Amino acid sequence: MGKQLDSTLFRPADPTKLQADSIQRPSLSVWKDTLLSIVKNKLAVLGLVLLLVIIFFGIFGPSMVPYSASEQDLTGANIAPSGEHLFGTDDLGRDMWSRTWQGARVSLTIGFFAALIDLVIGVIVGGVSGYMAGRGKIGDRIDNILMRIVEILYGIPYLLVVILLMVIMEPGVLTIIIALSVTGWVGMARIIRGQVLQLKEQEYVMAAEKLGTSHAKIIFRHLLPNTLGIIIVNLTFTIPTAIFAEAFLSFLGLGVQAPFASWGTMANDALGVILSGQWWRLFFPAFMISLTMFAFNVFGDGLQDALDPQARN
Amino acid sequence: MYIVKRFLTMLLTIWVIASLTFVIMKFIPGDPFASDADVLPEEVVENMRAKYNLDEPIPIQYVLYIKNLAMFDLGPSIQSETRTVNDIIASGFPASATLGLQSLLIAIVFGLLLGIIAALYHNRFLDYVSMVIAIVGISVPSFILAPLLINYFSVKWGLLPVASWGSFQHSILPTLALATTPLAVVARFMRSSMLDVMNQNYIKTADAKGLSSFKIVLKHGIRNAILPVVSFIGPLFVSLITGTFVIEKIFAIPGIGKYFVDSIFNRDYPVIMGTTVFFSVILVFTLFLIDISYRLIDPRIKLTSKGD
Repeated sequence: MGKQLDSTLFRPADPTKLQADSIQRPSLSVWKDTLLSIVKNKLAVLGLVLLLVIIFFGIFGPSMVPYSASEQDLTGANIAPSGEHLFGTDDLGRDMWSRTWQGARVSLTIGFFAALIDLVIGVIVGGVSGYMAGRGKIGDRIDNILMRIVEILYGIPYLLVVILLMVIMEPGVLTIIIALSVTGWVGMARIIRGQVLQLKEQEYVMAAEKLGTSHAKIIFRHLLPNTLGIIIVNLTFTIPTAIFAEAFLSFLGLGVQAPFASWGTMANDALGVILSGQWWRLFFPAFMISLTMFAFNVFGDGLQDALDPQARN
Repeated sequence: MYIVKRFLTMLLTIWVIASLTFVIMKFIPGDPFASDADVLPEEVVENMRAKYNLDEPIPIQYVLYIKNLAMFDLGPSIQSETRTVNDIIASGFPASATLGLQSLLIAIVFGLLLGIIAALYHNRFLDYVSMVIAIVGISVPSFILAPLLINYFSVKWGLLPVASWGSFQHSILPTLALATTPLAVVARFMRSSMLDVMNQNYIKTADAKGLSSFKIVLKHGIRNAILPVVSFIGPLFVSLITGTFVIEKIFAIPGIGKYFVDSIFNRDYPVIMGTTVFFSVILVFTLFLIDISYRLIDPRIKLTSKGD
């Protein structure tokens, strides 16, 4: 400490931080607290409402118009959006409103299950693997085996697995969901493992361990909740990625079969015609995917802020 | 010792991937000579089968394949009769790898920048801007973005070549189309992770001892927050440099991306196996490097109980 400190090196502390220790709120249970702070976050509420609206139209949308999603009318093909056909019609004269909402069912179902598998298998495998690494010989072995399984599932060509499933089962949404489930979670597992490897060296984990907390409790109560931000971000990408994976499979003739629609296949079918000015063919499915993404993102951000007590001021 | 052990595990992993792929491949109905069998005499087809060892029982085929594999010989392609799988990979990999590396670079640099800015301006204008970019980036996937880019930059404005491969100009549009989605993901991961880190006590300590905000972000913020991005980049790097089916098709790029898909539909067995083994080698090695890099980024991390 040879250097003299003079007053110009200092600035006044933020006076609002002086009361940092005082109790400002009545005590609440975790879930009540979370709920309250989500409700207060206007963007998060907007996200939730948007999701509910999309689901509502997915259920009731197709029956709101007199046209079914697969009904063709070649005399009324390629009509721009109008009072008659709110979202226009496609090259076979099928009503785009009806197809968009029927597609919502397929795409949202696929997105939902992809997210569920990510959350259940991916997060648990990543959490256990990361926590067990460096915990004795058995711990090392568990991490090693889990990570090699991840590599093997990632290495086997995904299309081959899809075709295999199509041979065993009949093509359809269920087969696509199973195909996505086989490998869909490996990315999440790797990312959560990395996070846990870093988090478990923190003092609170050591403290919990020394106090005799069980491994499972440390993983599920202390480590995984602290990776929540990353989990939510990953989930918001899993959903559209799954929606587009289905589109890619359809493009190869392995996805949802015509006349069924999904947002991915609709966007894909529209690629050939957007240059000829039929913007609505691409716009509505792509817009719905963006809207779903937006809704998940703002809701996820709100949820993350609500569940993380440190993020609040 | 650790390195030797890891290397043997890597070989074992690759062998398991190759074996499982072989089993699944043989389980799927189909025949590489299905279209020839209608037009050619039976004897010719028999001869062709014999050339690729397809007349042998499946276990023998497997042993023969693994034996050749151990000598780095991936065998001849059935579809393109004059070329071996080694030739196919050697001639297509440079284009795929160039494109993949360029996109990865753009995704990382701009993704990190966008994510850090969004976190530092949490819930303010720049945060919302980055969120919109991220949402557009992922909702408009490469197969939609690519035709739009071609339409404007090549057809309407005539700034860049429509397709094909050769010069740097040719690579600009496919690079952009490929980079958008990973850029968005990197930005969101970095934002979320950075928000966590900037709330930690050591950041307050650094601030209290008078470190400039720039240095806090650079030395304490980024280093502690970058791990999820590193985890994400591993598999991304592997899938980008081994080529992408859709983008290579749209831009007519002579890469290896198409072989991963076409070989499966043509039941071109040696190419299916060759591309899978090639992919696995890069995958297993990259994930190993990612594990090592964890310790460079955060020396507290222990990967095994022996301390390495």
